[in-house]
Amino acid sequence: MGGAPGEDPIDRSEHRLMEWERRTGALVDVLREKRLINTDELRRGIEAIPADEYRRLGYYERWSSSLEALLVEKELLTTQEIGRRATVVGERWG
Amino acid sequence: MARFRPGDRVRVLPNVVDTHHRTPAYVKGRVGRVHALSGSFHDPEDRAYGGSGLPKRELYLVGFGMRSLWGRRYRGGQKDRLLVDIYEQWLEPAGQPIEGQVDDER
Amino acid sequence: MSADHGHGGGRRHPGLAEGLSLSEPALRLLAMEELLVEKGVIGGDDVRRVMDVIAARSPADGARVVARAWTDPAFKLRLLEDPRAALAEVGYPVASGAVLSVVENTEAVHHLVVCTLCSCYPTSLLGPPPDWYKSFAYRSRAVADPRGVMREFGLEVDEAVEVRVVDSAADLRYMVLPRRPEGTEGMAEEDLVALVTRDSLVGVGAPNPPAAES
Repeated sequence: MGGAPGEDPIDRSEHRLMEWERRTGALVDVLREKRLINTDELRRGIEAIPADEYRRLGYYERWSSSLEALLVEKELLTTQEIGRRATVVGERWG
Repeated sequence: MARFRPGDRVRVLPNVVDTHHRTPAYVKGRVGRVHALSGSFHDPEDRAYGGSGLPKRELYLVGFGMRSLWGRRYRGGQKDRLLVDIYEQWLEPAGQPIEGQVDDER
Repeated sequence: MSADHGHGGGRRHPGLAEGLSLSEPALRLLAMEELLVEKGVIGGDDVRRVMDVIAARSPADGARVVARAWTDPAFKLRLLEDPRAALAEVGYPVASGAVLSVVENTEAVHHLVVCTLCSCYPTSLLGPPPDWYKSFAYRSRAVADPRGVMREFGLEVDEAVEVRVVDSAADLRYMVLPRRPEGTEGMAEEDLVALVTRDSLVGVGAPNPPAAES
């Protein structure tokens, strides 16, 4: 990223973090406290996101993607159960 | 024991590796000078894969001249520098600059 | 859904507002949290507890530390030498793990902080980073054209001043100790706090000048 060519102006507008974004930051901290994941693993997971998807996703969306990969890798959760529950969560808040 | 001291000229290894590491691409292969010792930390290249990160690795704040990094494209003062934390395993001694050549880290 | 029913019980809507649909990664994150609680991997109150801790942090904490450093030279030296101990003195235990480093702006040197690899930021002291700090534009341009970036933020740094960009690529988190503004001699520590802006703690801005005497 550093020094990548580009003259894009910096968008200085700021948004108030959404509840789910704040939950993401906190969940990651909780899992770090419990030594179930560490910062370096989380960073590896973020870097593993393909470039086009990386650009498309928001900051905490990348965290979500990395965290899911880690939790599946560590066999704490499965992709299937996360997918099923996400559908339920979506219907609940829809 | 830290291998380098403040003021030492060091070259960042140019290695392109697929595994996780904390060395930004734009300083790979470049020569800088140790600005400060940042301490020793669990090795992120091991921790990223669930390892213990032991033994700890020395971390250095290394300074690079902006002009040496970006050439004439750089818009700013001659003294402007970039400081970046780099792990010891990514550094090698660069020796002294050759007389008459542009000093890389300035 | 009634407030006492199931997982949604008593919770705020996870988006900004009712009816705003959440993205798939957002839904999956909420799903992961629920599943981890149900499996007993984390406690039911853990996330809320940490959210409250995070919500309590803000640049105002950094501002208080800066104002103390401006008025207490011995504290400033300790802050630069051993930030963890200095912060503990004034009641900010910095979380273990990331190590805070404080870099001082002087007449001769101006620091600007960026994290090109991700978005590392002294969150344990200043709270979460602003959106622009995490943006591609800032992360790619700050190291190659810091003066241009600072100009966009309204900060012109004299050509004679050495600009030092700090890329916090590894395990340290950097906070800038900005220069005390002119005309603030004799101002009390608690009044100086109000002059310290978040942007000045990152290096893209300067502290506010003192209000004109009325």
